[in-house]
Amino acid sequence: MSILVVAEHDNNAIKAPTLVAVAAAEEIGGNIEVLVAGSNCNGAGEAAAAVKGVSKVLVADNEAFDHQLAENIADLVAAIGKDYSHILTPTTTSGKNFMPRVAALLDVAQISDISGVVSEDTFERPIYAGNAIATVQSSDPIKVMTVRGTAFDGVAAEGGNAEMVSVDIVCDPGLSSWDKDEIAKLERPELTSANIIISGGRGMQNGENFALLESVADKLGAAMGASRAAVDAGFVPNDMQVGQTGKIVAPDLYIAVGISGAIQHLAGMKDSRVIVAINKDVDAPIFQVADYGLVADLFKAVPEFDSLLSE
Amino acid sequence: MKVLVTAKRVVDFNVNIRVLSDNTGVDLNNVKMSVNPFDEIAIEEAVRLKEAGKVEEVIVVSVGTSACQEQIRTALALGADRGILVETEEEMQPLGIARLLNAIVEKESPGLVILGKQAIDGDNSQTGPMLAAIAGMSQATFASQLEVGDGTATVTREVDGGLETITVKLPAVITTDLRLNEPRYASLPNIMKARRKQVDIYTPEDLAVDVAPRIKTLKVEPPPVRQAGVIVETVEELVDKLKNEAKVIT
Repeated sequence: MSILVVAEHDNNAIKAPTLVAVAAAEEIGGNIEVLVAGSNCNGAGEAAAAVKGVSKVLVADNEAFDHQLAENIADLVAAIGKDYSHILTPTTTSGKNFMPRVAALLDVAQISDISGVVSEDTFERPIYAGNAIATVQSSDPIKVMTVRGTAFDGVAAEGGNAEMVSVDIVCDPGLSSWDKDEIAKLERPELTSANIIISGGRGMQNGENFALLESVADKLGAAMGASRAAVDAGFVPNDMQVGQTGKIVAPDLYIAVGISGAIQHLAGMKDSRVIVAINKDVDAPIFQVADYGLVADLFKAVPEFDSLLSE
Repeated sequence: MKVLVTAKRVVDFNVNIRVLSDNTGVDLNNVKMSVNPFDEIAIEEAVRLKEAGKVEEVIVVSVGTSACQEQIRTALALGADRGILVETEEEMQPLGIARLLNAIVEKESPGLVILGKQAIDGDNSQTGPMLAAIAGMSQATFASQLEVGDGTATVTREVDGGLETITVKLPAVITTDLRLNEPRYASLPNIMKARRKQVDIYTPEDLAVDVAPRIKTLKVEPPPVRQAGVIVETVEELVDKLKNEAKVIT
């Protein structure tokens, strides 16, 4: 068996979910190769070659692969991937964008967001916002899959010494073009790789009040998240959303502030190791999953929490 | 220009689903069924494009049993002009649905196909890009803003780091994210009017599409249950527990 992992990267370095996809590939077992497709992406290629357990890195370095346009990347992955038994990529907005296109081009099904490997053709995946876990078996010759970022421990980013091979295939059907990014500048850890996350919900009342959480986040080195209600209300931008349709996270500590705990929010964070809920409504469903619940007015409790951390 | 939209029949988002005790699936008996919420956003966007004079006709498609007519009627009441049901008793998977939609695209030649980014039952998030690949169309997934121009569409997409704007050539497949719009409620006169709108019914055989499932579900189980912990009385107690019991902060 030969497994192709399509790397998520920023041309200079590979991103943490890629290491998780490699970990899933190791559980399947077999020869693991990584594809880095980008523009001026040699740095990311070298980083992929250093990843433990990777035997070969294919680098497709061309302007056509800048910004990971789905049409271009999918054509490339389908052209290369037809010789592999499995094609994996992390379940990120990029992976979710191009991977189903790859599957359709190869005329195979996709298995989305796998959370467990049972055998080379059988996998577990959450359905109904994680309220059920399905075990599914693929009868296709190539298994095309996305890998849930919280379900496997990522492999070591160092310790490997893979061979690097450049790929000369250029795919650009000219169907789409990139205009601009509005990417939030992160002064804090990324949500999907943070050890501690503090999230605010509708109870924060407005965007300015998130400053209360920022102060705590700075002291704990935490990432900042939000519920869908807070994002929909315009308090904070979409990239902070944790939940079924936002980011799936599983930090060591998740602090939910003013979040009631709708099913779709729980779907995104209930695999966290320790959950803290601060909410003034004693009946809020978040308390049913919280390890430590504090029934209190967040506008009093959070500043107090903050000042105790400073001591 | 025509727009094709989808209306998948799914368990209503308010229902707490229950896994069947024989682990064959999820209990769908006497459960409220609705249009997939992301498809509702797709329908709303198409109707707004029509109201803005950018498109002439909105066609809604559903794939599944005859019960899916209910979801088609809902979409017609929201402003879609006519419906197409691809009727089948077979378990439908994204690749099969994408192929059926491609057959409808070949019949209708829409300038845009707008679908939900995912359905809230299977959470697969596959059908839109699969259709785009099969039909050789451009795609813009997770749209939070859509502007239709002359032969192109400019789409703002919700991505992990924030927002990305791309321009796609028409015909294009668009999948909707939550913040694209807020769907309207159907008015009673529109619900009455929807009853008289045309709905064509095909089978996968009529469309000459192989929809055989490629994935077999071996079992469905409830997720591990997380036990509720303790309620602490004070912030001091909380900080103490986090430091000394859970040891997650120092």
